[in-house]
Amino acid sequence: MSGLSISRRGLLAGISAAGASAALSACGAKTGSDTSSDSAAKADTSGSTVKVGLLNSLSGTMAISEVTVHNALLLAIKEINAAGGVLGKKLKAVSQDGASDWPTFAEKAEALIKDDKVAATFGCWTSASRKAVKPVFERYKSLLFYPVQYEGLEQSPYIFYIGATTNQQIVPALDYLKKQGLTKLYLVGSDYVFPRTANKEIQAYAKAKGMTVVGEDYAPLGSTEFGTIVNKVKDSGADAVFNTLNGDSNVAFFKEYKSSGLTAKSMPVLSVSIAEEEVKSIGTQYLEDQLTAWNYYQTTPGAANTKFVAAYQAEYGKDKPTSDPMEAAYISVYLWKEMVEKAGSFDVAKVKAASDGITLDAPEGKVTVDGATQHVYKTARIGTVGADGLITEVWNSGKPIKPDPYLKGYDWASGLS
Amino acid sequence: MTTTTTTSPAPPVALLERFRVPAGFALGAVLLLGVAPLALSDFRLSLLAKYLCYAIVAVGVSLAWGRGGLMVLGQGVFFGLGGYAMAMHLKLADAAATGQTLPDFMQLYGTGDTLPWWWEPFANPAFALAMTVLLPMAVAALLGFFVFQRRVKGAYFAILSQALAAALAIWLVGQQATTGGTNGLTDIQGFFGYSLDDPVNQRMVYFIIAAVLLLLMAAARQLFVSRYGELLIAVRDSEERVRFLGYNPANVKLVAYVIAAGMAGLAGALFVPAVGIISPALIGIVPSIGFVIGAAVGGRASLVGAVLGAIAVAWAQSTLSDAFPAAWTYLQGLLFVVAVGFLPGGLASLGIVLRKRRAGTGTGTRTTGETA
Repeated sequence: MSGLSISRRGLLAGISAAGASAALSACGAKTGSDTSSDSAAKADTSGSTVKVGLLNSLSGTMAISEVTVHNALLLAIKEINAAGGVLGKKLKAVSQDGASDWPTFAEKAEALIKDDKVAATFGCWTSASRKAVKPVFERYKSLLFYPVQYEGLEQSPYIFYIGATTNQQIVPALDYLKKQGLTKLYLVGSDYVFPRTANKEIQAYAKAKGMTVVGEDYAPLGSTEFGTIVNKVKDSGADAVFNTLNGDSNVAFFKEYKSSGLTAKSMPVLSVSIAEEEVKSIGTQYLEDQLTAWNYYQTTPGAANTKFVAAYQAEYGKDKPTSDPMEAAYISVYLWKEMVEKAGSFDVAKVKAASDGITLDAPEGKVTVDGATQHVYKTARIGTVGADGLITEVWNSGKPIKPDPYLKGYDWASGLS
Repeated sequence: MTTTTTTSPAPPVALLERFRVPAGFALGAVLLLGVAPLALSDFRLSLLAKYLCYAIVAVGVSLAWGRGGLMVLGQGVFFGLGGYAMAMHLKLADAAATGQTLPDFMQLYGTGDTLPWWWEPFANPAFALAMTVLLPMAVAALLGFFVFQRRVKGAYFAILSQALAAALAIWLVGQQATTGGTNGLTDIQGFFGYSLDDPVNQRMVYFIIAAVLLLLMAAARQLFVSRYGELLIAVRDSEERVRFLGYNPANVKLVAYVIAAGMAGLAGALFVPAVGIISPALIGIVPSIGFVIGAAVGGRASLVGAVLGAIAVAWAQSTLSDAFPAAWTYLQGLLFVVAVGFLPGGLASLGIVLRKRRAGTGTGTRTTGETA
């Protein structure tokens, strides 16, 4: 009885509130109109220290990989501070946990930009997390440095892609397999954006270059059931397997692969997501002599790498390996520092304008920023896994490859985007 | 309903009772629509908007689980359906605004140049808006009809809900060309013609969400005190007796389940402009459990308890996960176990439990009812 009158009053309150909100909305901007003046966030660079954001998954399924990247970022910041900082200001790292959850990444990105007023943010690993934060960085016109190889087909004006795009990793890997006479491929990948997009590109490449794809299979992320897939691979008559599996699935896949009698000699597996850190967790006995494609290995020669590996192990432990995404994260802070110093300012527009042509003698060799695509020239390297768990290079592209995220320079890829 | 039992018929108490609910409601409206927008920065307000979306789901959970005893562990499905229906329309509108026929991700990952047939109707805003609620309700009606007729209940019903959530998430991931795969639908620029980049419009979205939450709470309260609400509790506490009295418990449960699904769908639809993303990661088993934790902690049978619980748990997740990234997940699980195991009425029943303890009349947890 009394309930009726109560909710009626509640209803009225709600309706009037909705009306009030509609009235408020009248002054909001319509889509397509320019809102740059009010939405661009201003970084706080007035004090003696400058905040930079570190956005990695410190919890959840991705933590095992992303914590190593986070460590590498902290190392670079520590070194830069010890050498006097950037433009005379010390860097202060603000870490936010993306928790392996894409909307959380977007929320934390906004917190870094709006609350902490960071000058730049470093991080993200999965493509899904990058796609989730991309609109946030674009809305507030703030910079993200992304350290992981990815599937290409992206070019945000507010992201610097420091990991490889496909023409610096997957295309050279296919060139290598073709040169070895391994032309019948079986594609195995985790079911998410990177493997699906990479495999689409592999299919196009194979069609144009006289290679054949004899099978293509996806396992859900985190899946450990590979009996069926390995049996199909075994019966397929393929020369090699192109593996885009991620994380734990690799452990199950390679165990199954070995127990079914397949070896690196009878049917090599080329993996694009297995670095030194993963080799350790999968087990060297399952991976020995298998192929990987990256731009950096712990064993890559050069004074810059010797120094990086020594510094990392001094900070985090003698037995800790260094890997490609860690190295890309490490150099991303240095590249940003170079850009800021060339620009003479922390201002995002000026930093972007100064980015073209910045070079660094990085642990992976010479890298150069391509201002037009905001990607980096990188040397492609194919390696084999050794008994000690380290990866030894067997081939490299000779010189840094110009980044081409949309594969515009490749005729066979014309139908892809 | 224990809270409304007045032992003393004295007029001041009755008067207090009479105005307690409207006064609480007015306080909530003032806090949500007046104080919060003034006190919080744009960023904090957009976070609150997200929490309120979870609170809308909790209103439905309070009805289905708290009052109906249906352990709805698959609300992610309905949240997702509503969210995708809304996001599909907004993506199509964004594409149209820039003169494209296909949303951006379809141009990158899609196979053809044509829009899939099942996307086409979502270009119509009225259809998409209706679908955000009707689609989840239809799925719930279909599932509920078969499940409740066959008298599937308790843990079996919970497992079935979870399986559905997992299945939908896996399907969405697999259809990258048409659903965006693991990335989900992201980078949403506009909301029915208004740019979401503009902070003023972000506030508008907040006001809409807050108003919807208040309206749904009023509607749920109405339902709780109605004859149907009494019947629902009767079904929860003793389904067989209700059957003997000549009612069909399956239909009673179905109504609660379908309404809760509609609310979750609406919450998903509002989540999209507030957060700017909908993805399979928001739909699977873990987020589905997350949707009920807040309600369980706050008190699932109490509307206000469930809503406040959902907001508090979401807020704690945002703040505590920064300070203790690894420990937060354990704490969340612990909260759920403690709430369900030792305080089934949630924090809302803490006062009653303590009072009964002091009076020496048992634990008092029975008053809020057991789940099926």
